Amino acid sequence: MKITPEEVIHVANLARLDLDEAVVEKVSHQMGAILEYIDKLNEVDTSHVQPTTHAIFLTNAFRDDLVHEHLERNQALCNAPQRDETCFLVPRIIG
Amino acid sequence: MKPYELTISQAHERLKQKELSAVELTRSVLDRIHAVENRVNAYITIDEKLALDQAEIADGLIARDNMTPLTGIPLAIKDLICTKGLRTTCASRILENFVPPYDATVIEKLKSAGTVIVGKVNMDEFAMGSSTENSGIKITHNPWDLTRSPGGSSGGSAAAVSADMCLGALGSDTGGSIRQPASHCGIVGLKPTYGRVSRYGLVAFASSLDQIGPLTRDVRDCAVMMNVISGHDAKDSTSVPKSVPNYLDFLNGDLKNTVVGIPREYQSARGLDSDVADAVTNAIQTIESMGARCVEVSLPHTEYAVAAYYVIAPSEASSNLARYDGVKYGFRDRDKSDLLDMYRSSRSKGFGPEVQRRILLGTFSLSSGYYDAYYRKASQVRTRIMEDFKQAFEKCDVLLSPVAPTPAFPIGENADDPLTIYLSDIFTISANLAGIPGLSVPCGFSSGGLPIGLQIMGPHFSEGQLLKTAWHFEQAIGIQDRKPEIGS
Repeated sequence: MKITPEEVIHVANLARLDLDEAVVEKVSHQMGAILEYIDKLNEVDTSHVQPTTHAIFLTNAFRDDLVHEHLERNQALCNAPQRDETCFLVPRIIG
Repeated sequence: MKPYELTISQAHERLKQKELSAVELTRSVLDRIHAVENRVNAYITIDEKLALDQAEIADGLIARDNMTPLTGIPLAIKDLICTKGLRTTCASRILENFVPPYDATVIEKLKSAGTVIVGKVNMDEFAMGSSTENSGIKITHNPWDLTRSPGGSSGGSAAAVSADMCLGALGSDTGGSIRQPASHCGIVGLKPTYGRVSRYGLVAFASSLDQIGPLTRDVRDCAVMMNVISGHDAKDSTSVPKSVPNYLDFLNGDLKNTVVGIPREYQSARGLDSDVADAVTNAIQTIESMGARCVEVSLPHTEYAVAAYYVIAPSEASSNLARYDGVKYGFRDRDKSDLLDMYRSSRSKGFGPEVQRRILLGTFSLSSGYYDAYYRKASQVRTRIMEDFKQAFEKCDVLLSPVAPTPAFPIGENADDPLTIYLSDIFTISANLAGIPGLSVPCGFSSGGLPIGLQIMGPHFSEGQLLKTAWHFEQAIGIQDRKPEIGS
């Protein structure tokens, strides 16, 4: 299917991406070509076919709920762009 | 022969006989990197001190006769596998300064085997691509022809092994990203069965398709590395609790009772280069001449694999990459005072164009109104593709095919046409959708002197059979002409 520049902007908003106007046009062309190719899937009869999300069948991997050693707080915070002694810091959310 | 030119197995023998020390071997590899890196551009991060420290530890283990087949062996690691204290960028600006506080399970395993990690190698950003040109850090060149791409996304791993800048490497394969660069660089690469190798600490691209595997100079080395990295891991809930055989045990016997299947649909694939077709046909004849029986099989849904993949992989990616928002790690645009603006700006400035394209495609496929037509439909076609393989493996033990439709292509050739480059994944993508293992082994050269790989695929957990078939083939054709000439 074709995808309009407006739809690209909507999807970009969902994905939390900012696109320049010039890029929107190009991306809608490229995505349109890819989606047109993907529409090929409609040639396959999939009525009564179960979808596959994982190729290897496994049931849930449960474990006992025990206390283990984990990353120390300082290590968990070590790559943060902004932090204080105990927390990740983000721009003010509530005015 | 210089130490850096050795296979893992040859180096192991010399280390064991004390003819060579791990420090000498590591220095030799580091010197080689200094000599050719400015032409190949395989490495993103090299930590010489760390490498030499590990080599000294390895020499200590060897002195006490406490060694494994990988003790003291210098390896390169694709830069999306977390290494504690060693920068891991995913070749993305968004993770340019990320230093993992923990090791991936495969790295823990390599470290306890006494290996030497030389550094982290280049790739397409977040493993999205088939040429390593989508790296946000640098462009890697194919050691066989520096104007060409090494393939991708594990292009740095393949180029480094091929150019003797390490003795072996780890890569990851989501749609062919180990096998295709191995083919383009004239080395061996194996994508294991989904769940054979732990993904803990592998930065996720498409979680139901990703798998870590080795890239090596020969088949024996591939078996050696598989012995170390395989096995169940409680930290990866999709890793399979199944015992691991000694893969070296498969490198013997003969191919007399092996039935090889030739998929009909792969022979008529669009864009298949005649040199590739000829090399693969010759390889099939060689394997037949060793006693294997060839049968034609059909994988009728082959032509839908690329379409299904480019819905499923971007969908999973769009979800996995939502975590890069400039809060816990990675790049943050500090000019933005509003939280939402900060998220959007950090992501838009941090991710490269191909990654953004795939996030958009995946977000679209999962969005309200399109989910059934795209994501659900593709997941149903995935079931059909799995059934094709199941039926084929009732008639044969392994499948033989090309790895890629063409040999390595010139850098820049497909820069603005993502669909064309997606279509070149046709022979490798199905194995990821079906979760089966696939191996690429060099089988010849194009008229222009570029390496061509043969792909061997098998049922789930048939890595031993793949290695056996590849090893017999390699014994028949020899590995003497596997070195590119890039000087020193």
